[in-house]
Amino acid sequence: MSVKALFFLLLAPFAVSAQGFAGLGSSVEGFDIPQPGYRFDFPADHGPHPSFRIEWWYLTANLTGEDGREYGIQWTLFRSALRPFDQPGWQSPQLWMGHAGLTTPDTHFFAERLARGGIGQAGVTAAPFEAWIDEWHMRGDTIDALSLRANGDDFGYDLTLTADGPLVFHGDNGYSVKSAEGQASYYYSQPGYRVSGMLHLPDRKVTVSGEGWLDREWSSQPLAADQSGWDWFSLTFDSGDKLMAFRLRGGRGDYTSATWITPDGSSRSLPDGSVSFTPLQTSRVAARNVPTEWQVTLPAEDLDIRVEAQNAQAWMGTRFEYWEGPVTVSGSHAGRGYLEMTGY
Amino acid sequence: MIGTVLQALWSHWRWHRVQLATLLTGIALATGLWSAVQAINAEARASYDRANLQLGLGQLDELIHPSGRIPLETYVALRRSGWQVAAVLDGRFDAGGRSVRLMGVDMVTYPALPALTDTQGNPPDPAIVLTAPGRLFAPPDLAAQLAADPDLPPIIASTALPPGLVLTDIGTAETLLDLSGSLTRLLVLPEQPRAIPPLDQVAPDLRRQAPEGRIDTARLTDSFHLNLSAFGLLSFAVGLFIVHGTVGLAFAQRRGMFRTLRALGVPLVTLSQLVLAELVVFALLGGALGLVLGHLLAGALLPDVAATLRGLYGAPVQGQLHLRLEWVAAGLAMAVGGTLLASGQALWRLARLPLLSAPGVQAWRGKSGHRASAISGGLVCAAGVAAFAMFDGLVAGFVLLGGVLTGSALVLPLLLSVTLGFFARRAKKPVTQWLWADMQAQLPGLSLALMALLLALAANIGVGTMVSSFRLTFLGWLDQRLVSELYVTAENSEQGRRIEAWLEPRADAVLPIRNVELAHETGPLFLYGIVDHPTYRENWPLIAAAPNVWDTVRQRQGILINEQLARRADLWPGDRLTLAPGNTLTVAGVYSDYGNPTGQAIVAMDLFDEIAPEADNRRFGVRIDPARAEQLAEALRAQFDLGPGAVVPQAAVKAQSRAIFEKTFVVTSALNVLTLGVAGFAIFTSLLTLWTQRLPQIAPVWALGLTRSRLAALELLRSLVLATLAACLALPLGLLLALILLEVINVQAFGWRLPMFLFPSDWMQLFILTAIAALLAAALPAWRLRRVPPADLLRVFANER
Repeated sequence: MSVKALFFLLLAPFAVSAQGFAGLGSSVEGFDIPQPGYRFDFPADHGPHPSFRIEWWYLTANLTGEDGREYGIQWTLFRSALRPFDQPGWQSPQLWMGHAGLTTPDTHFFAERLARGGIGQAGVTAAPFEAWIDEWHMRGDTIDALSLRANGDDFGYDLTLTADGPLVFHGDNGYSVKSAEGQASYYYSQPGYRVSGMLHLPDRKVTVSGEGWLDREWSSQPLAADQSGWDWFSLTFDSGDKLMAFRLRGGRGDYTSATWITPDGSSRSLPDGSVSFTPLQTSRVAARNVPTEWQVTLPAEDLDIRVEAQNAQAWMGTRFEYWEGPVTVSGSHAGRGYLEMTGY
Repeated sequence: MIGTVLQALWSHWRWHRVQLATLLTGIALATGLWSAVQAINAEARASYDRANLQLGLGQLDELIHPSGRIPLETYVALRRSGWQVAAVLDGRFDAGGRSVRLMGVDMVTYPALPALTDTQGNPPDPAIVLTAPGRLFAPPDLAAQLAADPDLPPIIASTALPPGLVLTDIGTAETLLDLSGSLTRLLVLPEQPRAIPPLDQVAPDLRRQAPEGRIDTARLTDSFHLNLSAFGLLSFAVGLFIVHGTVGLAFAQRRGMFRTLRALGVPLVTLSQLVLAELVVFALLGGALGLVLGHLLAGALLPDVAATLRGLYGAPVQGQLHLRLEWVAAGLAMAVGGTLLASGQALWRLARLPLLSAPGVQAWRGKSGHRASAISGGLVCAAGVAAFAMFDGLVAGFVLLGGVLTGSALVLPLLLSVTLGFFARRAKKPVTQWLWADMQAQLPGLSLALMALLLALAANIGVGTMVSSFRLTFLGWLDQRLVSELYVTAENSEQGRRIEAWLEPRADAVLPIRNVELAHETGPLFLYGIVDHPTYRENWPLIAAAPNVWDTVRQRQGILINEQLARRADLWPGDRLTLAPGNTLTVAGVYSDYGNPTGQAIVAMDLFDEIAPEADNRRFGVRIDPARAEQLAEALRAQFDLGPGAVVPQAAVKAQSRAIFEKTFVVTSALNVLTLGVAGFAIFTSLLTLWTQRLPQIAPVWALGLTRSRLAALELLRSLVLATLAACLALPLGLLLALILLEVINVQAFGWRLPMFLFPSDWMQLFILTAIAALLAAALPAWRLRRVPPADLLRVFANER
């Protein structure tokens, strides 16, 4: 889904200023680099890949409450490696970070967790599948049937997820190119979870149901030096079609990529330039102007839609800040999904 | 009019420059000493606060385990149940023969890390800090010392750390301390998620402790700062005696001028206001001088205070002084307040000055004045005793001290008067009779200065006796406590075991020294395990013991505790002490322990192993024929490739302990000497004041045939006799002070009671010093007397009435 985890390397205690992405795009120090033609091996590939620098398990869900209101949740576990191996104990070079968000039409809640690898406080196992940090978890016998939990100090959720359809591989069979220079990552998704469960809000509980989307991605050097941020869409249309589309904003021009997924789960990757993104309206969020209404067009699928934030203030005020929230889709196709924007 | 009056007022000072200098010096001395102490205290407190803030110490609740060690699994279990806690592993490691405090934190989750940068201001790469070998962060001076040690991870000097502390990532700390898989405490972060289970469901062994439940640096050192403050206040009071004397003199000399001004039509209110304004200006000037003095003094003393606080309490204090605005304001306020207080009497007299009163001779205050002063002195004494009887604690101890000192000072004039009367009645020759009577007559004018001298002398004797008694006891205790010929510290428990096995056939005995930090309601408690050996039975300094104390300990039924713990928790032989749930032992003995302020206890080694199986086994005392000790030490170093600090002979340990001790009381002695100096100056100003009123009294004696040089010699003698009398009275008061310091203040401040020893040779020295000071103080008046033109003496008769 996104490359924000890069920031994770810049741990706040060390007070490093984020000098664009240049410092990180420069060297990979013994880490593996994604190669085209990789053959995925499941369930092992659901687990961590310590020889790659960054990796994430990224789940978002659009939910409808029994009260008829729209909600969105985000559950993310990032792995960031300081060195390309793992070892037990405190000196494991693997670090973990969890982000959880819950967006209602009028409020946005978020929480963040940090942990060291090697001691059991956070990690991922492939079979049975479990990704956890502190008491947050996403687990099940297989990745097709999961229970999901996260808590902040004033919110939380307990959900169950059931996969409805196959895994989808982006780019060239999961080899997803991120820039014209060829930076790439391994990237696959489970875009079709049916979700049900309970949201814990400060003043009430809400029973909800809806659909969820899991992104899995790992890499060592996914951004080009000139790239400053991105806009990322994962949309589910009423027709049953789905779209993953992103734009990496670079000094030498944008780089776009998209995957069109049909109701039966078959997918088609669309090359750079196939999809276009136009901000229609910005909102003042966390003292900056963030586009919260977009026009997205994909001529190859006769797609011309307006994507509008359900709650313009869905700002993740975590160590590395970004916008992430549920969106409503109208125009040639109707539906809903999730939008992530960084670098504003 | 105002300008003219001011001019007239100022003319006095222009003609009496020495007097002006004395006044300003008095104010400056009073303000200076007091401000120096305040600056030192403020600096120390700021250091504690900074240290605490920098690392988030003393602000968050902590989870602790009765054994002092929290298994890593418990931390993970807490985290995985939602509890937001931060892991800390504290310990000490030896580097170059010095024990260094190490704090290992999970640098990824610790809530209050200072901004750690290298000397160029660059943050270090997380990868090298978090993975082996890691990095140590240390304040620059410590970093420089540690850098030479090749066994340590690379050091990064950081000014953001409190002195004496090495900060590192927990993974590095674990390796360095050889404490894999355990933690010492968990900080409970302020924000906890919803729906976390109760602590006893997740980690029933852990106890949650609020910050105020711990004995922190501030509380430990409070007593030390109170001590300093008391000294500062004493200096301030003594300084005010000087101000009082000078202002009194200036007013007496200006009565004629006041009368003239009033007669010329200056309203009393205006005159009083202008005189008041004049005093305030002098107070501000003197205060400013005092602040400069105080700042210099504090700067000079602070490094020693810092060393003292580190040595006594392990409290981090930087040896650098910062100028604080509130300190300047407080110092000036003290100067103005003190000056007005000391001039109160003079101002009061001015306000009631009859318009046409004669520029008179000082009214005699007779025995009734002495009696009133003595009665109030008795009352102040009684109030001090009553306060101590009713309240407990260090402050009550100081109230007792203050009450006894002030009360005794107030009784002094009566005692002196009675003594002088006694001698006067026995004097046969007329000149001797006159001398005694003259002293009696001057007593009111000198009594304040003599009180100051009494206080300074008593403080000197009292504090000197306390420090010297402490030194004797401490050295004796060191001899008892440090009996092993060699002290060995291994790098880790594994090497410890090998060293122990190697030493076993070569030494007379190998005595393991193992300890663990436990939590007790009175604060941290260090538990030691010992093996049964004559070394302990014959030498250990017990101050209270049950019968068969060592057998009870060996049979695991008894525990030995140190005096601090005994007094703090009121535990004595026969009482029961609970170490951990289900582990209660009878106190078999109490031993003296002057090495640290914390509680300590000793149990049999096998019992210790059960309580703290994971404790280090790195330190040993080795008993061997002293003649062979050095040889064995060499062999041991060679065999295990140990550094020079790893095998230390007894003499070196003792020397180090002594050095720390001597540092501890440097400040006390410095303040002591300064106070005495101020008191000497007070006598000087008083005599100078009296001098101007002396002529009418001396002229008749001169007229009767005594030469001026004889009179001058008698002047010196008089000062000497009065000072000696004050010194004689100061001796019992000083000893009483020492007794209170040893029996009350020390017990409250440090937790130990020391026996009192007497040092007559020190008193002799002090007496000689006092005599010299008294002679010096009288030298100028005596010299003037010798040189006074006979015409002046004759004029006395001409001017009379």
